[in-house]
This record gives sequence, structure tokens and C-alpha cells, in this order.
Amino acid sequence: MHDKVDVLIIGSGASGAAVAWSLADTKMRILCLEQGDWVKPADYPTNGRDWEARLFGDFAINPNRRARETDYPINNGTSPIQVVNFNGVGGSTIMYTAHYPRLHPSDFRVKSLDGVADDWPVDYATLEPYFAENDRMTGVAGLEGDPAYPHHVLPMPPLPLGKTGKCFGEAMNKLGWHWWPSDSAIATTEYDGRAPCINLGHCTPGCAQGAKASTDVTYWPHAIRAGVELRTRARVREITVGPDGLASGAIYYDAEGKEHFQPAEMVIVACNGIGTPRLMLNSQSGKFPNGIANSSGLVGRNLMFHPFAHTYGYVDEPIDGNTGAQLSLWSQEFYETDKTRGFVRGYTLQLHRGAGMIVDAIANTARGFLPWGEAHHDVYRTIFNRKLGLSAICEDLPEEHNRVTLDPVLKDSNGIPAPRIDYTLSDNTRKMIVHGVARSKDILEAAGAKNIGGEAPMLNAGWHLMGTARMGTDPERSVVNEWGRSHDVKNLFIVDGSIWVTSGGVNPTSTIQALALYIADNIKRRLADATLFD
Amino acid sequence: MTYDTLTDAEIRDLRALAGLMIPASTTYGVPGADDELIFADIVKNLERDTADAQTALRQLADLSGGAFADLPIDRRTEVAARFRQEGGAPLFALNRVVLLCYYRDDRVMRSLGQEPRSPFPKGHVVEQGDWSLLDQVRNRPPMWRRA
Repeated sequence: MHDKVDVLIIGSGASGAAVAWSLADTKMRILCLEQGDWVKPADYPTNGRDWEARLFGDFAINPNRRARETDYPINNGTSPIQVVNFNGVGGSTIMYTAHYPRLHPSDFRVKSLDGVADDWPVDYATLEPYFAENDRMTGVAGLEGDPAYPHHVLPMPPLPLGKTGKCFGEAMNKLGWHWWPSDSAIATTEYDGRAPCINLGHCTPGCAQGAKASTDVTYWPHAIRAGVELRTRARVREITVGPDGLASGAIYYDAEGKEHFQPAEMVIVACNGIGTPRLMLNSQSGKFPNGIANSSGLVGRNLMFHPFAHTYGYVDEPIDGNTGAQLSLWSQEFYETDKTRGFVRGYTLQLHRGAGMIVDAIANTARGFLPWGEAHHDVYRTIFNRKLGLSAICEDLPEEHNRVTLDPVLKDSNGIPAPRIDYTLSDNTRKMIVHGVARSKDILEAAGAKNIGGEAPMLNAGWHLMGTARMGTDPERSVVNEWGRSHDVKNLFIVDGSIWVTSGGVNPTSTIQALALYIADNIKRRLADATLFD
Repeated sequence: MTYDTLTDAEIRDLRALAGLMIPASTTYGVPGADDELIFADIVKNLERDTADAQTALRQLADLSGGAFADLPIDRRTEVAARFRQEGGAPLFALNRVVLLCYYRDDRVMRSLGQEPRSPFPKGHVVEQGDWSLLDQVRNRPPMWRRA
């Protein structure tokens, strides 16, 4: 039995780190349990010649392939999109692209504006100061003045345009469509002890330079200096409930498989859209036989991915290839609803630099474009460093049948039931994907690209995990209230992507972290006036 | 984690197949994937793909009616063409390892104008570019919906 803490945070990723840092100024005793390890900069693949091979090994994005001791298996069922994540200090920010857009103001009002899904119980204006604070803490690079967003200040200049960006920019201008340098969570100058980006290449497998803003190098050093304890290799099995119906702590396993009980005054869950419902559904008790805080029956339901429609082609002259951050430009031309398109809501287009030279060879072999035999060399030289890629990040609307449950058979190495995914694409999403692919082809053709191919939806693209413990004011239609507190258990909070009401069509990390800071502020305010558990 | 190892017969077939997938080229001055150094790297790095490689090589032997490596070159080409059509996921995994090892060989990288080194710590240079390309977009009215 460990000493009781005031605040127990489960998960050290995007939201867990932000909430830990924000609450640290209360001087409460705060502990974060993380199932994974710290990742040392020297461990990242770009330190070695085998860096592309490790994308299919210990730094694979799919945890079933990566299969580290610290990972848990996921039964993706028949889902056309498989869950990808990372388990370690920093969570999936270790392996994100650092593309860092905010949700748009309209994303919080989809019912009012477009008559679908539900409005959020918070809005952009409420979150705006938290977006700004998060941008400062994270260190965001970009260019002010994007007409697709309300004005916001960016701490660092944008990532370089490069040859690939020029190619895209000219094509987009020819079509008269919006494009802009992305808000990127990558240091382009020295920032808060981090060195600037030196263009190591694709950012997903972690940044050896430390320029990418994973939370192990942003929030955590500050939170730990402020007194927060971060305990690694602590895999939580369940949140426990006391006789008063409040959360009493958590049971976890250490690296040796030894069971521990960690008591706490309040529990904050930050395991994101798959890990959070898995933990809650595994937290069964007499009071909560269907999982903790699940009186609505909505824990695990309304799973939203962002279905990705990836389209690519090859230009005649060499461009940037894999040098430089893969994502540094976006287009919001098709973001807001235009019902003449045949669907509601919309998507962001991410404009990519190329893939690694080997990854691209693998992709072109898979699609039958790169032959075996003598012709291999000729064909490879027509694609090497010539790739333009685009991904439409399609808004996914909530549907209760898309859900996370506990797999009856599959378990992790500690015997904890693993998550199972049941997910199908909606008709609206399918139409959006078709539109996104068609517009991507327009752009590629305007850029003079040939040999156009693609994958839609991308199979290994379940990066963005949302909706499985949604927020709202109605306890029958939501799991947490408008400031992240469980309707059922008044000392249990959720701060990650699972509380999202709708998904928007942008990478979610910036908004996840702004929400976590907003919830932390609400906790602090209610602590001050003694209404936190009312 | 420990992995199974290929038999000598499987290794012979794999080497013959690798040389057919990516043969040496005098035009570009590059070795084939059956080059001694590259092939040793392939065998060493099958690791978590070993089971798939074994499955693929069993299928290749079946299609060959025996050892693929012992077939005359014309027949090998025919069998390989059919194998590429029918090999499925195990062949894809095997082909991936061949590519991963081939394209990190110093000689191959140099032939493509690449420095044979890890990305870190030197990094790469990406040109800043001309942001005046954005002027057309800068002049657009706000596109976001007020809500």
C-alpha cells in the first residue's frame, strides 16, 4: 500500500502531462502512473542507419506489430482502420507528426450549424486562452494570418517551405485554393531548452534532436520540477471505488508484475480514446457492474477516428524527399460544410513531403508499380525523391455502434482484458473520402504529378481516437460534464480525446491539451471555493 | 526476443529470389540484393518477419516443385512471376526486408546521390523558400465560420 496522494493521473501523454503541469501550482501531492518507459533521445531510430527498418519493428506505429512489453494488444476486429499509438512517457506524442491545428470555432457547434451530432458544452472562445497557453508551453511554429482561422499568436516562425512546398503552393495557387504553413509542434528556433529542427526527416518515429514537442520534453520537465511524481512501468488494471461511491485509487502492476494499490483523493484519466474506455470498462464493482462511471452506457461508444484518404503522385524533378518534417502545410479549402458536395462537415488536406527512400520503395512494390528484375532500377529512379502526397483528414461523426469493448479472450501481459474495436464508415464519411481523393488528384495534376496512387481509408491510420467518454450536460447522454468531471463519480475526471463530442477534421492534440488545461483550471477554481465534489 | 532461423535450403532459395527481385546493374553500378554483404544483412534482419519468410519460401518451393535456386534461370523467372501474384502477405513481408536492407547499403545509397549515414546528428538542409507565394491566400477574406 502506497501513501495516499491528492491527485492520481493515469497516463502521461498529451493530456496527462498538461493537466499535471497545470495542477502542480496547487502544491497538492500529484502522482502520474505511466505503463511505459522514458524514451531516451539516443533510442530514436534516426540515430542509426536502420532507421526505416525500425518503423516496422520497435518503432512501428501499430502496437500489435511493435509489441513492446509496455504495449497492450488491440483486437481491431473488422474495422477498416486500425488503432495506432505509443505507450511511454509522452504517450502518442512520441510518435505523432506534430501537425498541430486547433479545432475551428464551427467544430463546437455542429448541431446548431449543420443539424448533425451534438454541440459541445464548451466553445472556441472559452478554450482560446488555453490554446494560447498550450502553444506557449508546447512551442508551436507557424505563420500568423491564416484566413482559415481566427487570429492567434505563434511563438516561432514556420518550418521551411522547401522544394516540395513550392510545388504544392504553385499548384494550389493555380487552382485558387487555400493553403498555409501548418501550426507545427516543432521548434524552428531554440525554445525552452529544446534545439531547433535540423530536418532529420519524417517526425513520426520520435525526434532524436528533441525539436518535436512530445510531452516528455515540454510539459514533463516543468511538472516534475514543480513536484509532480511520474512513476513509469505502472500499468493500471482498474480504478477502485470506495463505500461512498467515490474513486478511491487504482490497482496497477509494476514491471515485475507485482500488484500495487495506489490510494488517491481524486483520479484523472488520461489514456485517450481507446485506453480510457478500456480502463473504465475494466473497473467493475458492485456499484458499477458495467464499468466505472458508465450509468449512461456510453463508455466506449461513439468512437471516432479521422478516416485518412491518402493520395500521392510523382513529379519529374527531385524535390525534398524525406528531408524535413513530413507535414508543414495544410489546406482548409474543404473544411467548412458546403451541402452541394453531398455531405456535411469537411476535411483538412495535409500536404506531405516524401516518405523515406525505402518506405516509398515498399509502398510502390505493394501496389505493383516497382517491378522485380532489371527494370527495378529504372523505375525506382523515376520515383526517388519525387513524391508529393496528400491526406484528407475526414471528420468522423459520432455513431453509438462504433465502439470499444473488452475482448473476451485477448489480454495484455498482465492478464488485463484488451480492447476490441467495432467500427464502420458512415455514408457521409464515404462521400467525404471520395471528394477528398478527387480534390487531391486535382492538386497533384495541377502540380504535374504522374503515377498517381492512394489508399482510402488508410488502414494503419487510427491515430486520432475520440468520443468514447463524451462530455455533455445531460448525464443520460454523456459520461463527463462540461468541465470533465464524471457525472457518476464526483472525484473522477477525464481529460483526453475520449471526451470529444465530435471529431472536427484536424489532428486533435492541440485541442486535447487545451481542453486538459481548461479542465485543470476548473478543478483549481472549484478547489478554491470548495465546490469541486459538489 | 528470439526468432527461428532459416534452413540452408531456404537461405539458398531466398538468395536466388533476392537476386531476381533486385539484380545487380552495370548501368547504375550497383550490386544486386543477392550481394554477399547485402544478403547477409537480409538474413540477419528477418527477425519478426521470419515466420512470414518461411511461409513464403515454402510456397516458393511448392511452386518450383523443389528448390527454386536449382531451377534454370528462365524457369526461375516464370516461377517468380507467379509467386509475385500469389505470394500474398508473407511474400510482402519478405520483400519488405529485402528492400529495407538493399537500400541502406553504402554503394546503393551513393548511386542515388545519398550520403550513407544516419539522419542524426547532421540532419539535412531544406530551403526556406519564397513565402510571397502565399500572397494570393493572404488576401482572401476569413474562411472560418463564426459560431
